[in-house]
Amino acid sequence: MSIELRTTPHLHAPDNVIIIMRNVVFALLPICAWSVWQFGISALALILTTLASCLITERLFNPRNTLGDWSAAITGLLLALTLPPAFPLWMAAVAGFVAMALGKLLFGGLGMNVFNPALVGRAFVQAAFPVAITTWTPALFEGRFREFIPTSFTLPFTIPPAVAEWNSRVAIDGFTGATPLGLHKFEGVSTPVLDLFLGNAAGSAGETSALIILLGGLYLAARKFLDWRIPLFVLLGAGLTAALFHALDPQQYPSAPFMLFSGGLMLGAWFMATDMVGSPVTPWGVVVYGLLIGVLTIIIRLFGGLSEGVMYAILLGNAATPLIEQFTQPRVFGEKRS
Amino acid sequence: MSLFRRHSFSHGVHPPAHKDGTAQMPIRRLPFPPQLILPLGQHIGAPAKALVSKGQEVVRGQPIASAAGAVSVPLHAPATGQVLRIESVPTSRGTREPAIILNVYEASTQEVLWQQPRHLDGMSRDALLQAIQDTGLVGLGGAAFPSHIKLRIPDDKRVDTLVINGCECEPYLTCDHRIMLECPDDLIRGIQLAMQASGTRQAIIGIEDNKMDAVNLLAEHLKDIPHISVQAVETKYPQGSEKMLIKSLLDREVPAGGIPADIGVVVNNVGTMAALGQLLPRGEGLIERVITVTGPGIERQGNYRVPLGTPIGFILEQAGYEGGANEFILGGPMMGPAVSSLDTPITKGTSGLLVLNEPQVRKESRPRWACIKCGHCVSACPMHLNPAWLGQLAAAGEYARMSESANLEHCFECGCCSYVCPSNIPLVQYFRIAKAINREQAA
Ligand code: SF4
Ligand code: SF4
Repeated sequence: MSIELRTTPHLHAPDNVIIIMRNVVFALLPICAWSVWQFGISALALILTTLASCLITERLFNPRNTLGDWSAAITGLLLALTLPPAFPLWMAAVAGFVAMALGKLLFGGLGMNVFNPALVGRAFVQAAFPVAITTWTPALFEGRFREFIPTSFTLPFTIPPAVAEWNSRVAIDGFTGATPLGLHKFEGVSTPVLDLFLGNAAGSAGETSALIILLGGLYLAARKFLDWRIPLFVLLGAGLTAALFHALDPQQYPSAPFMLFSGGLMLGAWFMATDMVGSPVTPWGVVVYGLLIGVLTIIIRLFGGLSEGVMYAILLGNAATPLIEQFTQPRVFGEKRS
Repeated sequence: MSLFRRHSFSHGVHPPAHKDGTAQMPIRRLPFPPQLILPLGQHIGAPAKALVSKGQEVVRGQPIASAAGAVSVPLHAPATGQVLRIESVPTSRGTREPAIILNVYEASTQEVLWQQPRHLDGMSRDALLQAIQDTGLVGLGGAAFPSHIKLRIPDDKRVDTLVINGCECEPYLTCDHRIMLECPDDLIRGIQLAMQASGTRQAIIGIEDNKMDAVNLLAEHLKDIPHISVQAVETKYPQGSEKMLIKSLLDREVPAGGIPADIGVVVNNVGTMAALGQLLPRGEGLIERVITVTGPGIERQGNYRVPLGTPIGFILEQAGYEGGANEFILGGPMMGPAVSSLDTPITKGTSGLLVLNEPQVRKESRPRWACIKCGHCVSACPMHLNPAWLGQLAAAGEYARMSESANLEHCFECGCCSYVCPSNIPLVQYFRIAKAINREQAA
């Protein structure tokens, strides 16, 4: 007989890091599936590339073997979902490497990173490959399961072929090569909100269907694997800011529903702003953090040089987290608010 | 207090109760063990002073150690027998402490032979408190705080309410539940005496709503008794902690760093009150208590009345210990310490003996990850601390800062944060170590 001496408490809640991370992966899979349905084998190749790149980087550069915690897989999937579906695969591989190496391992691995690794990767390629990252292809074109979109197989360090001609060959309904946000911002054309919600528009691989993102997010929230207050306040912040500007000038500024359901906001709000490691742990902290990201997203979208803003908003939110936490420490039980 | 206010506090956790095995089992007696091990320090405060010497014969109920000062209580012989020796023994606190080892006379009837029946009506509060101290009674819920000190209201405080803790929020434990069901009259008498001693006008018994049979039974008994009421509270850990229970029942918050008396409340547990109601009128000493013997490693789980000083090894034999088990916990699984020796005795503050067997222990010892800042610990901490931050400071060795800016001293080690942490970080252990180091620095 051996007598075990463990410290209190002797019981433990069933959830652990692996279970949480695995469930986030599960919640991301339908979004990936929708992306493959929309964009065909190009999207599939993209997802597999970033996934492989992130897993390999983690395995090679993290001395502790931490593939089993599923967090590298999350980064791989999320990263693919933020990229254009026909993003050259070699660039995607670079993005995956940067996401893991600079976004996470440099800080010391899981739990130590300051920024959401997927967004670090995405921000890097945004700066490095500005053309490729704004090259869009139409959703649901006919031959998507038979042929790759030509840009996917661009050789390293070569310029991707122009897809304008290819676009016009496969395009449905006169596809212009722009996302709803871009269309609105640069050409003043609106996309119906219902199309945005269901995901029938052009855009990054995983940001098109608000509905599927919402379902995955609600599943995670129900199981307490994400903090529902964060997406709530991100969307609230974005919605209110958009509504304010829309009320000031409905011609120039799009409506709140359009802003909420277009671009990467849904994906960002539910799956990236909620990244536990980069978000505050304090009850009021998550409120401030969520609102900050929501407001910043709209401000960047309306007044920045890019059509999209959620990525930078979340990175700024991540950067502000330590400060936010400092000012939102919980009031100790029994202490009077001063 | 609003009509619709939920009788609860914010935060806390809901561990599985594991009470089915023993909640329906009436309290039974175990035989006397051949030897009793009676540490002199069975309570918070100065250990009692031995009154007996080696070889001396004692009768059941006789004082064998006297209170060593105001915050101390005497100790009575739990059995008729002979003092074998006085020596250091391992205790549940992990330290070795002097104890009286008593050989139990097998042939004795084991009647209580020492009593001082008292007329309590019209007794002055001081005399009553003295009589309580003489019983050797301490908080039987686990804190082992001398009862006469608890009921003595400081001159500068005005206390109006006596809160009786019948929550028993620790998983596995059911001894308080059984006491409420089986000894309601002792309990009510004890509450009345405690009200008299503390000068409180009203008393409220708070019971978790997974024990509605006890709530209803006591409500029935209290129908014609003024100023004592019973109230169901949400089943949630740590509902039975003083501050949480006061919040749930009265919606008052004990000031941070303060005591219940600061907001007019004094709290006692049901087991303690039942013992008071039984012992005080007869002028007997506390010589036995009810404990829950339970866990996946025990064949005959149940609630047993055992003499103080009974070694847990003897209890295991009697209750049908299946062997192979490898964790022995005194009290509940959330706050009860694990012990390393089967010679460890049951003392005044021991509410249970929980045996977790190998599969259970293996299930609970899992790998550790870095803090992923999920915030679950923050949402669980009933004191509204930030255990994640405290944990980071502890890992960095910044113990002083834990006290200065992160409110370390308000942590009462309930274990909610460790319970929920998906990274399995031993937060409570960190906090305990940090407190100990800070105490040493201060000394
Ligand atoms: S052990 Fe301390 S820090 Fe952890 S939940 Fe309990 S009171 Fe809070
Ligand atoms: S529960 Fe554990 S992992 Fe989560 S924030 Fe607290 S310490 Fe970190």
